[in-house]
Amino acid sequence: MLRKTFENEIQQLKDEIIVLGSMVEQSLLDAVESLKKRDAVASKKIIEQDMAINDKRFTLENQVMIVIATQQPMAHDLRLLASLFEVISELERMGDYAKGIAIINVRMGNEALLKPLIDIPRMAQKSADMLHRALTAFVNEDVETARAIPAEDDEVDLLYNQVYRELMTYVMADPRNIERANWLLWVAHNIERFADRVTNICERTAFVATGEYKETETSSDELDDAKK
Amino acid sequence: MNKIVIENLTLQYTDGTESLRNINLGICEKAITVLFGPAGGGKSSLLRCLNRLNDMADVKFASGRILLDGIDILSPKTDVITLRRKVGMVFARPVVLPFSIRGNLTYGLEVMGEKRRSKLDQAVERSLKQAALWDEVKDRLDDQAIALSGGQQQRLCLARSLALEPEVILLDEPTSGLDPISTAKVEASLQELKKNYTVILVPHSVQQAARTADYAAFFLQGELIEYGQGKTLFTTPQDKRTENYVTGRFG
Repeated sequence: MLRKTFENEIQQLKDEIIVLGSMVEQSLLDAVESLKKRDAVASKKIIEQDMAINDKRFTLENQVMIVIATQQPMAHDLRLLASLFEVISELERMGDYAKGIAIINVRMGNEALLKPLIDIPRMAQKSADMLHRALTAFVNEDVETARAIPAEDDEVDLLYNQVYRELMTYVMADPRNIERANWLLWVAHNIERFADRVTNICERTAFVATGEYKETETSSDELDDAKK
Repeated sequence: MNKIVIENLTLQYTDGTESLRNINLGICEKAITVLFGPAGGGKSSLLRCLNRLNDMADVKFASGRILLDGIDILSPKTDVITLRRKVGMVFARPVVLPFSIRGNLTYGLEVMGEKRRSKLDQAVERSLKQAALWDEVKDRLDDQAIALSGGQQQRLCLARSLALEPEVILLDEPTSGLDPISTAKVEASLQELKKNYTVILVPHSVQQAARTADYAAFFLQGELIEYGQGKTLFTTPQDKRTENYVTGRFG
């Protein structure tokens, strides 16, 4: 192989993006777990850890830029490196959603949860799992898996709608519940957006492998369109 | 619109070192077409066919046609002098004539019988401006050309071929010996020239190919592997061999 150094650099970037992905994944699961336990100390720790995610994002972006500058990539290599920029920034935003959940838990103070969390942890579990598989597909350029994952976003959307309806019944039963319902609605919303961003990573995977831009239509897109 | 159409072109040298195999390619007018690929791929051979420089080489076998505006330039009836006036060439190493800067530019025209000073002066100014050299030499046109820097000499050679008002300009690794700034100047002048001329370039690197190509043709061992728009070919090549070459995996 003529470009051993380059191949190594690419592999290193792939390894690092998996590490960043794991940090984001864990952050989401921990954020929901802390909320479930109403553990403000753990939530504050998640908020602090988001700084590490942000730092890693810039370090990785810098590494990608150095590889572009020194190796002058073309074709597939160029598509991969350009896509890494997007995937890195998607992960950083997803980390922010997890941090958002942690902030909500801190802001809730001593207030008890409106209801026990059942569907919200399921949404988080599902979204984290989707992210894990989407990133693995990205580094392996597994187009088939990448194209199958966005359909699973429907499951997260269904859970979100379920949470929404359930919270609304609490509000209707007693309007004083509105603030506590609103906290949880924002938590669910953050997870729903988190899962949407997994779809973007999957689209990039197909682009790196084939050079084709193809946007995946998800049911939440249709929902957004309907709202317009 | 194609300025040049190459049909079923096959070329073999007597020593068998380099050949072209059944090349079919259209060269678009008023655009930069880049012929690139590893050494020995046939790109320089093809370039030399386009103004019949191969006539002097040891060609064992040639077949096919090269149509310039619909006329076969490989036909024995073609007047090679007229052809070379229409199809100018710039080589990798600048070859300046032992004259003044002005003398280098007027030489070709004078050989062709042009004696009018005003016409010659016009040609000097026009061609130097087109080659992006005018501002650097306009006050010393009577200095010896050999005193110019390498980058300036190369642009002078480009200007010299432009002085004859060709229709097609062939460039064989014109910036291989130049520093990045001179390279950038030559490339910038090519971007201007393509507005009026058909430019065919054999670049000295894949990066230069990607920077300059409106259209690109990838040659490997005498075969045309892939042809397409530059912006497509360097981001999403269709052939695995092109992909491997542009990403530096062989060559």
